[in-house]
Amino acid sequence: MRRLLIWTPLALFAIVFAVVASGLLKPGDRLVHSAMVGKPLPQLNLPPITSDKPGIATADFGRGKPRLLNIFASWCIPCIAEAPQLMKLRKAGVEIDAVAIRDTHDGVQAFLQQYGDPYARIGDDKASTAQLALGSSGVPETFVIDAHGRITYQHIGDVREEHIPELLAQLEKAK
Amino acid sequence: MIAELGLAALWLAAAFAVVQVLLAWGAAKASRVTGERAAIAGVELMRALRLTTLVQGLLALLSFLLLIVLFIRSDMSVVLVAENSHSMKPLMYKVAGAWGNHEGSMLLWVTILAMSGAGVALFERRLASGTLAATLGAQAAIGLGFYAFLAFASNPFVRLNPAVTEGQGLNPLLQDPGLAFHPPTLYLGYVGLSVAFSFAVGALVMRDVGPAFAKAMRPWVLAAWIFLTIGITAGSYWAYYELGWGGWWFWDPVENASLMPWLAATALLHSVTVLATRDGLRAWTLMLAVVAFSMSMIGTFLVRSGILVSVHAFAVDPTRGTFILGLLGLYIGGALALFGARAGTVTQGSTFQLVSREGALVLNNLLLSVILGVVFIGTLYPLAAQAAGVQLSIGAPFFNKAIAPVALVLVIATAVGPLLRWRRDDLNVLLGKLLWPASAAGVTFAVMFVMTGATHLLTVLGLTFAAGLAVASVLPLGRRKLLRTPLHIWGMVAAHLGMAVSLAGMAADSAFTLERLAAIKVGDDVTVGPYRVILADVRPTIGPNWSGLEARLSVRRGDGRPFDLFPQQRFFSTPPTNTNEAAIRTMVDGQLYTVLGQGDDQGRWQLRLWWKPFVTLIWLGGGLIALGGLLALIGRVRRERRQADAETYA
Amino acid sequence: MRRLATLLVLVAAVPASADSKLPPSALAYTQLRDPVQEARAKALMETLRCVVCQGQSIADSDAEMAGDMRALVRQRIKAGEQPAQIRRWMVQRYGDYVSYDPPLSWSTAPLWLAPLVLLGFGALLARRAFAKPRR
Repeated sequence: MRRLLIWTPLALFAIVFAVVASGLLKPGDRLVHSAMVGKPLPQLNLPPITSDKPGIATADFGRGKPRLLNIFASWCIPCIAEAPQLMKLRKAGVEIDAVAIRDTHDGVQAFLQQYGDPYARIGDDKASTAQLALGSSGVPETFVIDAHGRITYQHIGDVREEHIPELLAQLEKAK
Repeated sequence: MIAELGLAALWLAAAFAVVQVLLAWGAAKASRVTGERAAIAGVELMRALRLTTLVQGLLALLSFLLLIVLFIRSDMSVVLVAENSHSMKPLMYKVAGAWGNHEGSMLLWVTILAMSGAGVALFERRLASGTLAATLGAQAAIGLGFYAFLAFASNPFVRLNPAVTEGQGLNPLLQDPGLAFHPPTLYLGYVGLSVAFSFAVGALVMRDVGPAFAKAMRPWVLAAWIFLTIGITAGSYWAYYELGWGGWWFWDPVENASLMPWLAATALLHSVTVLATRDGLRAWTLMLAVVAFSMSMIGTFLVRSGILVSVHAFAVDPTRGTFILGLLGLYIGGALALFGARAGTVTQGSTFQLVSREGALVLNNLLLSVILGVVFIGTLYPLAAQAAGVQLSIGAPFFNKAIAPVALVLVIATAVGPLLRWRRDDLNVLLGKLLWPASAAGVTFAVMFVMTGATHLLTVLGLTFAAGLAVASVLPLGRRKLLRTPLHIWGMVAAHLGMAVSLAGMAADSAFTLERLAAIKVGDDVTVGPYRVILADVRPTIGPNWSGLEARLSVRRGDGRPFDLFPQQRFFSTPPTNTNEAAIRTMVDGQLYTVLGQGDDQGRWQLRLWWKPFVTLIWLGGGLIALGGLLALIGRVRRERRQADAETYA
Repeated sequence: MRRLATLLVLVAAVPASADSKLPPSALAYTQLRDPVQEARAKALMETLRCVVCQGQSIADSDAEMAGDMRALVRQRIKAGEQPAQIRRWMVQRYGDYVSYDPPLSWSTAPLWLAPLVLLGFGALLARRAFAKPRR
């Protein structure tokens, strides 16, 4: 009994060591993923932010065609970086809607003029309520909403060239 | 040139550490051989060993001082200086910049390690020479690993070619007098515990565990523990005024990393007393000595590697993390394996009666260890969960629920322990002594319960227990002639009283704090608790390396004299950062805490105001605890000296 | 840009350009009028994790998103929702990650049982230090 007790500390340390080593060698990703993936799009009802595009309503999604829902803001620098990639997706026939986080009419208008406008609709989310409802934790993020109005994929961070095939594949799956 | 000298000093120190290990091995061997020639050789070896240890310490210190010189001179041809300093920084922050980064802080770490060894070599006279040799050898062996880490993975003296004209600046949050000297204090505590670790290793190697060993180890543990206490207390106060939300403890991994060695060291302080007085808890005390420094190393590792998400985390670097993890495995695993191999031969020592001073101290150790275990598991659990693919967060709600009940029982043990006699006491006598503390607790409970009701049961209990402990903690002074009371008794009383004071502050803060968040225009006023606060003015202001906004708050309590507070928002340009500077007014009965937030387009300014009755007691208590440690240290050292002298002349 | 904040050394030091130019939501920095409701909201906020910070609750974070989360909590409390409902809503969106108070489940059972197990084990260990009662 005493012998067993004496070796217990080393055994416990071995466990701790393994846990820490696994955390170090295989760092889990620090991203906060939305738990809404796989669930229907929550109830959204956002007014328009620009004068020429409608806002966002949940009823607009799931009408037999998959859509991208892009979370962006004119004050967000990675959003500028991903703008050309979104334009490419748009040219490939992907339909993209957007939620503008904590933004203004003028800010969005200027952003679209300067960096391109791939969006069909843009909803105005002044207090991040839609963002919270989607389980999104930053800008930019891009959700795939499938033909039945379910969220099937979340891309965190700016969309880069190398992400486009995955996004297209997800959109294909979402039909 | 200075950088090269610094690096040379570092390598030389490492070389001396190698010599130190070899000499220690020889001296430990010689101590086992009998005979006159061996004795003389042993004495010579010990002398050489002490000298080597001293030189190693001085070389490490030299290396660190040279790094500070580089920072003071803003030598931008050194990568570390260019990345972490700026020529326009005030001198104090240039100096602090030397340890406000990974490489510099690791050099500081090693310096303290080497200097602690030097301290042992200089002052330790009572320990058997073999055990002392093994201790110094262990200390040098730890040093070697960290020298290697510095030289191969974190060299602070790397040159930048070509040099830059200006540096990138120090993180503005670190540019604060409190924080500038916080890391060195905490490190003195963390690394000071290495001495206890080495003592334990030495004792295991030489199979020499007993009262003499305990008495030799105790002052070193006390000294490290004092620095840890000050470091944690100051760190908590820093978080309180710098983070700008009135919180003082967040159960953040980095905070936990400093708390865990403290808990282990506190337990160790008490168990070492049992070993010194009653020759019991031998293996357990050795275990605690190993655990305490292991917690320091794990704490350092958690901070350095960035594998745990923390508010205070330093930059993430897996390579360095792997290196340190290897060292941890080597040292902690090695010490625990040694413990497993040798502790079986360490006899258990005396056994005790349940109702006795040592009985209470065992309870103290049990509860402190449980708290330590809970903090440890709670801190690392998210990591384990992540390995299993589960993302979860563990924070204040868990720790408060899991620890508060245990801590309250610990308070009882703290109150009762010093009132008990060693060996055996009578339960009835004890109950008689507890009359006053129990009445104090009872009255507090009744008053608090009537005032706040059952909604804040935990805080009511906190205040109740604090009152009981406060009274109980001074009872050991009763029936003693105060002037002739040994200093270490005063120390114990101060530390236990400090615990009561701190606990009262915590409970008062959570029970009575009043919060007021408002957005008002200049000229308008708000009230928070007994204060009327007028936003008199908001104007730009500048500091040495920042610009900012400063509000003038004109504050009045009832009909008292009005006074002004000046909370600020600061904008630093190198690197670009905003910080909030809270303005805090300390009164006898609490603190008024004010923060200036953003302004809006209608000319309103956000103000965050808190009236926190008796919150200062938290840190006052921490200070008292550290003071108690200091008194005990002085008392113990003086007593040892006197005894040593008496033995010499006997 | 907010994502950059997660790379920062210290969270309270948010980079100057990380935020939108909009003022914070109304209830992010102002209290509910009813003190009972405010106390409830505050208690809940202290247990919710800010999803863009490095380990801070939304009750003591300067991040904009934390402000928006505070506003959402206060609005829902004001509308009469129970704190438990709001927590469930958050967990539905962000998983258990968002709650600092891990729910009791199979994956957290070892955590919640740890204090009891440690106490029991420690008591067994401590018993060895005491002499068996004579007689």
